[in-house]
Amino acid sequence: MPQYPQYQLKAYRPRMSAYWYLDQWHYLRYALRESSSFFVAWFCVVTLVQIAALSAGPTHYAHFQALMKYPAMIVINVVALGFFLLHAFTWFNLVPRVVVRQVLGKPTPNILSSAPNFMVWFGASVIVALFILGVF
Amino acid sequence: MSSAKRSNEPIVWFLFGTGGFFAAYFLPIHVLLYGIAFPLGLLHDPGYATTLALLEHPLVRLYLFALLTFCFFHAAHRMRLTLSDVLNMRHLNTILAFLCYGGAIAGTICAIWLLAVVP
Amino acid sequence: MPETIILEVERFHPERDTEPSYQSFEVPLRADWMVLDALNHIKDQLDGTLAFRWSCRMGICGSCGMTVNGVPKLTCETMLMDYAPGPVRVGPLAHFPVIKDLVVELDDFLAKLQKVRPWIVRKDDYQPKREFIQSPAQLEAFHQFSLCINCTLCYAACPVSGLDANFLGPAAIALAHRYNLDSRDQASDDRLDIVSQHEGIWDCTVVGECTTVCPKGVDPSLAIQQFKLTATQEWFKSFLMPRGKN
Ligand code: SF4
Ligand code: FES
Repeated sequence: MPQYPQYQLKAYRPRMSAYWYLDQWHYLRYALRESSSFFVAWFCVVTLVQIAALSAGPTHYAHFQALMKYPAMIVINVVALGFFLLHAFTWFNLVPRVVVRQVLGKPTPNILSSAPNFMVWFGASVIVALFILGVF
Repeated sequence: MSSAKRSNEPIVWFLFGTGGFFAAYFLPIHVLLYGIAFPLGLLHDPGYATTLALLEHPLVRLYLFALLTFCFFHAAHRMRLTLSDVLNMRHLNTILAFLCYGGAIAGTICAIWLLAVVP
Repeated sequence: MPETIILEVERFHPERDTEPSYQSFEVPLRADWMVLDALNHIKDQLDGTLAFRWSCRMGICGSCGMTVNGVPKLTCETMLMDYAPGPVRVGPLAHFPVIKDLVVELDDFLAKLQKVRPWIVRKDDYQPKREFIQSPAQLEAFHQFSLCINCTLCYAACPVSGLDANFLGPAAIALAHRYNLDSRDQASDDRLDIVSQHEGIWDCTVVGECTTVCPKGVDPSLAIQQFKLTATQEWFKSFLMPRGKN
């Protein structure tokens, strides 16, 4: 092949910018959606600590409750809630579409597959809240 | 036998997907109550005794175990991909995988220990 | 209403340049012009050395894909007016090697496309004596995915294809899906094996831009996620019944 090196193609190979996710709003939205994982990990650890405190007794649980009242803690958790909602919305818009299409084997309007999810989500949240609040 | 069927990616993806489901359905209400509403006094915190009574129910423990385990793996998988793709750490792939999935396994062990062993 | 618009066109000459640069051209801003018409105006009236590909001017050959203001577009169906008052930046499709100016090298894409065998494969000695009967429902199962024109806009939009040159990519996987859903085809197991390697479906992190930019309404992102679901189902099946199913 390299008999005529002067005729070899010298293509320019572009490299991706290290900050590619800032190039477009859609990319940034993707990067934010993926970042929700850090908060998922964070709140799982918080929940582990809570369970540990509960099992350790009332004074430990009071410590945990006091810890959750730190302003920094509340700020982190508000941000976490924002990320969880972003995750939930993107998830409910994507996953039912894939599963419903897989099961039915034909295109379905997105709204038909996502809407029931949002309703079930709301119902499940209310039930969990009632349990946590001690209503049941 | 095909490489596809031997690869471990489907199981990782299954854990990731199930965790995504749990995170989407249940984490918002958890953080809303325990992380925001109770500390700010927006809602009355049911307190130690009620919460402990809740935790003593085996089904609640099962729920918490599933929630924590799947969410840990969901987070681990996504954190690995975020670090490697968004923050350009593809060359550290092995280390990232070790840290992320290792972290998820550690979290799972903690959850089992707290929910099954500790009374 | 201004009568002209500035087009900033990316130029790269393989024998002179080491890096592309932008060159500005002032072209008439006409209500009925597409970006491709402006490029043709440049080539005909201002600078005949500008290189770009096009053929059908009606969004069907898939050769006029370029990056317009950062977004992959078929320039023959992208209104110039939409970018008024400008300037408009026109560059080659992202992530592909640039041969000259706006022309990219597609060899790699074509090789990936061939890997998934995007044609009907029969494993029996089926000699059709008449047309193969396919019901409207069987057609609907894959029809959407059959509309791909191989314009590679989805590759340019996909960050993963930029990060990992080996990624099989949206269109190839969407076409694999298209043939796997076709009732006449018999190679779905083979294609599943090909796409379920790491460089296939598992490289995808669901950015979803392939689906957003596709000019033909193909949904490669959906195809990839469905493949992941199928591959996972197969994995569990082979796990539960190690020797079942071939
Ligand atoms: S899937 Fe759409 S964007 Fe991708 S090559 Fe085919 S027609 Fe173009
Ligand atoms: S020129 Fe054929 S698709 Fe644009």
